[in-house]
Amino acid sequence: MSIQETRIVLKNAGKINPLSIDDYIRAGGYAGLRKALQMNPADVIDELMEAGLRGRGGAGFSTGMKQKFTSESCQRCPQRYVVVNADEGEPGTFKDRIIMEQDPHLYLEGTIIAAWAIQATQAYIYIRGEYHESIDKTQKAIEDAYAAGFLGKNILGSGFDLDVEIRLGAGSYLCGEELTMLESLEGKRGNPRIKPPFPAEKGVFGMPTLVNNVETLANAPLIIANGREWYRQFGTERSPGTKIFTISGQVNKPGHYEVPLGVPLQDLIDLAGGMRNGKKFKAALLGGAAGTFVDASMLGEKMTYDNLREKGATLGSGAIIVMAEGDPVYDILHNCLRFFRHESCGKCVPCRVGTTQLVKQADQLKSANGDRKKILEQMVLESQIMAGTSLCPLGQSPILPLESAAKYFSKELCTTHH
Amino acid sequence: MSTQEIIQQFEPKQHNLLHILHALQDAHPENYITEEALEAAAGHLGVTKSTVYGVARYYTMFSLKPRGKHIIRVCASPVCELLHVNDIIAALEEELSIKTGETTKDGLFTLELSECLGQCQEAPSMMINDKIFNNLTSARIREVIQSFKDEARK
Ligand SMILES: Cc1cc2nc3c(=O)[nH]c(=O)nc-3n(C[C@H](O)[C@H](O)[C@H](O)COP(=O)(O)O)c2cc1C
Ligand code: SF4
Ligand code: FES
Repeated sequence: MSIQETRIVLKNAGKINPLSIDDYIRAGGYAGLRKALQMNPADVIDELMEAGLRGRGGAGFSTGMKQKFTSESCQRCPQRYVVVNADEGEPGTFKDRIIMEQDPHLYLEGTIIAAWAIQATQAYIYIRGEYHESIDKTQKAIEDAYAAGFLGKNILGSGFDLDVEIRLGAGSYLCGEELTMLESLEGKRGNPRIKPPFPAEKGVFGMPTLVNNVETLANAPLIIANGREWYRQFGTERSPGTKIFTISGQVNKPGHYEVPLGVPLQDLIDLAGGMRNGKKFKAALLGGAAGTFVDASMLGEKMTYDNLREKGATLGSGAIIVMAEGDPVYDILHNCLRFFRHESCGKCVPCRVGTTQLVKQADQLKSANGDRKKILEQMVLESQIMAGTSLCPLGQSPILPLESAAKYFSKELCTTHH
Repeated sequence: MSTQEIIQQFEPKQHNLLHILHALQDAHPENYITEEALEAAAGHLGVTKSTVYGVARYYTMFSLKPRGKHIIRVCASPVCELLHVNDIIAALEEELSIKTGETTKDGLFTLELSECLGQCQEAPSMMINDKIFNNLTSARIREVIQSFKDEARK
């Protein structure tokens, strides 16, 4: 018997008309915002912190903590911003799209709550340019929220003002990285900034900025409306709540599945209808290109940020790309390495040269009659150097799929390919 | 709408640049941003032309060269590759008699590759202009391309 989904973030998905704010309100929408506006901003932050909400964009950082830093930094600054990260570029990931297409008011409500929490009066939603449906539905949600008094001046009589605007990306994975996104929001090339300063201190237009992922913000109204205790009944002590996993590849029912954090990988594959046509599981790439390969020995592992990290794997964005016996790990690894080469901005040498070099070496791995083992070792070493010397997290990413593929599939990677 | 009319819709602030470039490209029948448009955008925002050029070049959705009426963007990311998108790309190249990156002689199609389109639940996937096409097969490719050709003949 396979497990059931636990839909809290997706409770409205497919059930209400995403274009109708009335539907959303009838389903309990904007109750979280009403409640938040009657609380102290600091108490809102405290509630999110105690609920244990962690960033769903990939890094799993405490959302409450991030909001606290942002609200407390630079008291002289005349303006604070919320930036919603809806760039969703990690291969294999489409959870934010599902939220935006099926329940756009939920994350918009979360955005307003976050803005109240850090006292920001302007928010930008940065959506990737290819997501036309997400853009249109979010635009409609924003317009309706203005008309209903949830946005604009003096929201629900609270004296709080907030404007929200959509900004469009234009096909750059790197712009999903929060500091690079700030550059893009200012109308510039997506050149990474160097941390620190963090966006909390010096974000868009030099002002304190909170950057949160769509799914992260979609959790906020639920936590505020129902309280931390309610939220903590889902998930584990250190990874509370649910996560939307996007399962693709060799399963019978690829798609998005919301489950409590801590569910084993095997259960998720079962939930997605099991292996396609009864094939045998071989590998999964967890978290996309900037993610890690695992083999069948990891099927029993609990999907939480910390457990996977301890086991050398990643939860990341929640992407699970499933491969079956016979599928070439080599090709998918090669694909990831090409991805990084393509998306590298070229600003720093280790990443510009390294991403090109890794693809070349991967080619050699296939053609060489020589010592494949040596080449693979070289590649891992190269990616380690990149991780230590690159300017931004993109150059620190190739090590993830590479080292994990080498760990589980070195035999396959080092034998002759046909 | 003229280039100037498009640009004037936006406040002259650099943070509007990506939106301006999207609007200019979308309005051009050949789906690209012209020299003249770059210059006009720079003038409106009070930045150098090389700044605008640098931004337009950085983002893969923007083109500085004329393209076809319809832009086909095929996903070449891991899930689509796993589910044999290479066969789809081959079918498209054959059907259109062009290589990836090229435009058909009649100016109707440009074939490009893209990173993950976020449609992996129904891979392999592609977009033609704003529209998504999923669960692609070679047969479906021929159908879709034919329907665009028929549309053009009307
Ligand atoms: C190369 C790169 C790409 C990223 N792309 C995304 C993305 O598309 N969406 C996202 O939410 N976070 C992305 N991130 C993570 C963000 O930098 C950031 O951690 C996140 O927006 C924070 O929000 P959260 O705390 O709510 O997760 C990316 C990071 C890197 C290094
Ligand atoms: S690590 Fe790569 S993407 Fe990041 S700044 Fe350096 S070259 Fe650019
Ligand atoms: S990998 Fe092709 S749509 Fe995601």
